Amino acid sequence: MSDEGFRALVGGSASGELLTLSAPLSLWGGLDPDTGIIIDRSHPELGQTMTGAIVSMPFGRGSSSSSSVLAEALRLGTGPAGFILDRPDSILVIGSLVANRLYGTVCPILVGRLPSGSTGRWVIDQNQVAPLPGCGSGPAV
Amino acid sequence: MQLTDKDRAMLAGRSGEAVRTAMELLIAVAESEEAPALLDISAAHIDGGLYHGEAGLDFARDLVEGGGRVVVPTTMNVSSLDLLHPDLYRGDPGRAKAARALMEAYVAMGCAPTWTCAPYQLAARPSLGDQIAWGESNAIVFANSVLGARTARYGDFLDVCCALTGRAPATGLHTDEGRRATLRIDVEVPDRMLDDDLFYPALGHALGEVGGAEVAVITGLDRRAGEDRLKALGAAAASSGAVAMFHVTGVTPEAPTVEAATQHMTPARQLGLGVSDLIRARESLNHGEGPLGAISVGTPHFSTRELENLGRMVAGKMSKVPFYVNTSRDILREVEPTGVIAAIEAFGATIVTDTCTYITPIMGDVDGRVMTDSAKWAFYAPGNLGVGVIFAGIEACVSSAVSGRVELGEGW
Repeated sequence: MSDEGFRALVGGSASGELLTLSAPLSLWGGLDPDTGIIIDRSHPELGQTMTGAIVSMPFGRGSSSSSSVLAEALRLGTGPAGFILDRPDSILVIGSLVANRLYGTVCPILVGRLPSGSTGRWVIDQNQVAPLPGCGSGPAV
Repeated sequence: MQLTDKDRAMLAGRSGEAVRTAMELLIAVAESEEAPALLDISAAHIDGGLYHGEAGLDFARDLVEGGGRVVVPTTMNVSSLDLLHPDLYRGDPGRAKAARALMEAYVAMGCAPTWTCAPYQLAARPSLGDQIAWGESNAIVFANSVLGARTARYGDFLDVCCALTGRAPATGLHTDEGRRATLRIDVEVPDRMLDDDLFYPALGHALGEVGGAEVAVITGLDRRAGEDRLKALGAAAASSGAVAMFHVTGVTPEAPTVEAATQHMTPARQLGLGVSDLIRARESLNHGEGPLGAISVGTPHFSTRELENLGRMVAGKMSKVPFYVNTSRDILREVEPTGVIAAIEAFGATIVTDTCTYITPIMGDVDGRVMTDSAKWAFYAPGNLGVGVIFAGIEACVSSAVSGRVELGEGW
């Protein structure tokens, strides 16, 4: 368990398989909220699903509609379990907060860096991030 | 975070439930950004009128029911429907009904029904130093870079929270420090390229890819980079990257010199962009194979000048493929008496207002690829519409329309 260098933009607890995006993604035009699948044709992780995943990405790109798309995906249950970003992103933060207010969904968003090469299942709890024992192959944090 | 008495009163619900909700959300976001306080804004532009599903409508309706009224002049971004040409919509009628309800909810809160992604082309627009809260990525980058007004990247929901409270987090691009260029890009291309409209969106696409979310200062351009070209540059950069502001030395208002843009500090990164980088950027916007199926121009919405230019180019000609021109209802009203719209329609083109061809089902099944002069359209349409794209200049769009096949002409 480590809380070094992580800061919660949106609090809450979540766990899920880590999905590391190698490039920033605009959720609008990049995520299909009906399916949770990445649809941006130019994105390296095209075709992968965000549903239930802890999504690690540098930052959100592009459209300001991404907050609506995140809230809609969370409403439909296709959204990610949480986000770990390199830097704060108010577009994702407001999407998560509004979905929580309307539907009670929890999608924590943290800023901080996971060790490179991390995989497996991870847990977010407020300011803390850790690999799930026995399930992940994440390097020791 | 430092709150004023007025902020606290809003938070306590003294201006009604909607304002309380807006203030709660605004403070949560401001705290996530470690903003020291909120500041007053003089205008807002709201992206939340484009329908993405029930969540957006549920939120807007909650605010209307909570008595929400905007307290600063507020314009609306594109919606999912063309209210002036409703027959253009080919999507699900249930979704159209919900999209209409969403538009009505924002108008009920006092927002102006402008329905344009280019609010900087409206008669009243912010000026140098104005603090504003704008949504829509291309409008944000234009406001900061070209107008010198100050806005962060406001996502859907947060934009209306700002409009209902008249407040925004005092951080990032709202501050002098946040507008400092940390990336210097020296453009080194033959002079004639600066005369080509297509150069600017290609440069913007490259800027977004290398710049990410940084503020860049660009050297090597000159006054030929007028508003329409800077619009295309910014829209491209805000699609391929998270670019919310750029400086162009000698052109944009906060960059008389490189030193002014960097605030006399050394940029963290410096790189050059040459012809081969721009060719790569241009070519990476092409997608798929196949013949010419349709043409779409006007993303962001065409300005008066762009419509007049197109009107001159198409006079006496006929398009052999479906040709769409996106613009705003305000520009349409302004230009219509000059006969330009009649000339464009006589060419066989369809004028689209209030929305855009890449965000809502207007084009139907396209038999082949779509040619566009917009890097933003080229960037998003393959994912949104499932179409192939040919990225080319407006001259190529017109000549290809006339011959019915892809004609790229001479170029770089």
